[in-house]
Amino acid sequence: MIADLPIVNYLVIDGDEPYLQATVCDACEAAYLGSRIACARCGKRTFHHRRLPSKGTVGSFTIIHRAAPSIPTPFVSVLVDLEGGTAVKANLVGCPPDPEHVSLGMAVELTTFEAAADESGTRVVAFGFVPSDRGVTE
Amino acid sequence: MRVNDPDSLWIIGVAMTSFGRYADRDAFDLGAVAALDAMLDADVTIADIEILVAGSVNQSRQYPAQRIQKLIGQTGIPAVNVLNACATGATAVRSVCQAIKAGEASIGLAVGCEQMGKMGMLGAASLGRERAPFEPRGHDGVVMPTEGLLGTGLMPGVFAQAGMRYAGLHDGVGFEQFAKVAQKNHAHSVLNPLAQYQKSFTLDEVMGAEMISYPNTLLMCCPTGDGAAATVVVSGERLRSMADDVQRRAVKISASVLTSDPWSPDGLVQPDVSTLTRNAAVMAYEQAGVSPHDLDLVELHDCFATAELIHYDNLGLCEPGGAGDFIDRGAPWRDGEVPVNVSGGLLSKGHPLGATGIANLFEVATHLRGEAGDRQIEGATVGMTHVLGLGSACSIHILERSAS
Repeated sequence: MIADLPIVNYLVIDGDEPYLQATVCDACEAAYLGSRIACARCGKRTFHHRRLPSKGTVGSFTIIHRAAPSIPTPFVSVLVDLEGGTAVKANLVGCPPDPEHVSLGMAVELTTFEAAADESGTRVVAFGFVPSDRGVTE
Repeated sequence: MRVNDPDSLWIIGVAMTSFGRYADRDAFDLGAVAALDAMLDADVTIADIEILVAGSVNQSRQYPAQRIQKLIGQTGIPAVNVLNACATGATAVRSVCQAIKAGEASIGLAVGCEQMGKMGMLGAASLGRERAPFEPRGHDGVVMPTEGLLGTGLMPGVFAQAGMRYAGLHDGVGFEQFAKVAQKNHAHSVLNPLAQYQKSFTLDEVMGAEMISYPNTLLMCCPTGDGAAATVVVSGERLRSMADDVQRRAVKISASVLTSDPWSPDGLVQPDVSTLTRNAAVMAYEQAGVSPHDLDLVELHDCFATAELIHYDNLGLCEPGGAGDFIDRGAPWRDGEVPVNVSGGLLSKGHPLGATGIANLFEVATHLRGEAGDRQIEGATVGMTHVLGLGSACSIHILERSAS
């Protein structure tokens, strides 16, 4: 049996459709990706989870041409403003890595891809975003 | 003999080494040279100094303050090491100021030093792709290194994304405006013999250089390098007892501010370099009782060209949202409305991390003293320094020329 592991604990892949899950402060509604001990905005210590929308727009981006050894380039890093306001950073995939094809404000949606696998068959699943007009690629 | 507030703070000596690569010296040698030059400039010796605060980023675990003491004089005074990212040097100066304000000292020495060599991109060496076995680690349950899989967290990309965020919010900002920042700072550096690089480039050359992290090309990223800077600070009361020439050349520290990140939504996914700079600027202008219009020159943290452009707005140098037009109309050039980074900035002068904050003070103080030679901004009376380290620490100082 192949086991899939999400690359981070705020990516949920055990349902019918992958999604990002925010850790939200019970008191002030500040949203975080990953778990927290106390809220960095108000200091309260209780949280609940919220499923984040899969669609958003590119709030910022960069195209990396020089990176650490072993990291393939070029790739596009985007800050996505999800519907509802939470920002998330990821790769933009399914899109040529040049400024003619990546633009501020473009509509994108969540996708997942295999980031790595080991000999036992464990696969690491990462998330990224694709331009919405291209549909979700595998 | 001029009268000043006994509780005021004054720079009476300041110095920096040339920035570059020193294969035959270590960071503490460089720190010692800068410290001795700063004390010579102040007409004092190590026997006069009552507190020493030193900082380095890469050499922090070797305790620069004590290492420098062994090169310039072990007098038994309190010696403190500070580490605060790229704001390390400025934090050392602030710590000396705080000791003086607390009444524990009336004169102190701050030193920033660094040896980086050709270390390549900050943090890149520690990043690999594979990391089996795959097990969740830490509070985000990270299974393997995420650089290049979940976007980028390296410096060129972080500051590119900060610049592009600004470009998305305001009209008239793009690749060309960012490139113009680097064109300006490289042009300025030609006049600064202490700069690591002193070479001018056309806008086409800047935009056509190797792309590192769009929109930052190689010429829009600061180099790594070695260097040191130091300053001697005294209280107004102590200054009164010093020689006329020391008083005449003294530069007043009208504001000394340090901020960290307040919570912001963007800070969730990458350092928000703007909010803490805006907060620091508001505090500094209030402390000094000056406005952006009073500034004759500014040395700000242009680690990448994208960073400088957004700080025009963060520091209130341009109209809100107007950083693109500000650079397009030449306002931050040395003959413009508010000369910015006439030293060549981090982009050309270099950025030996721990030294940078004090080197900025050296530049502004030297202009206020009228001693900047070929690159002097004539008649400069008020100047600002700004540094920003991730993630995050921001320090701003406002300096004023002695009135005498």
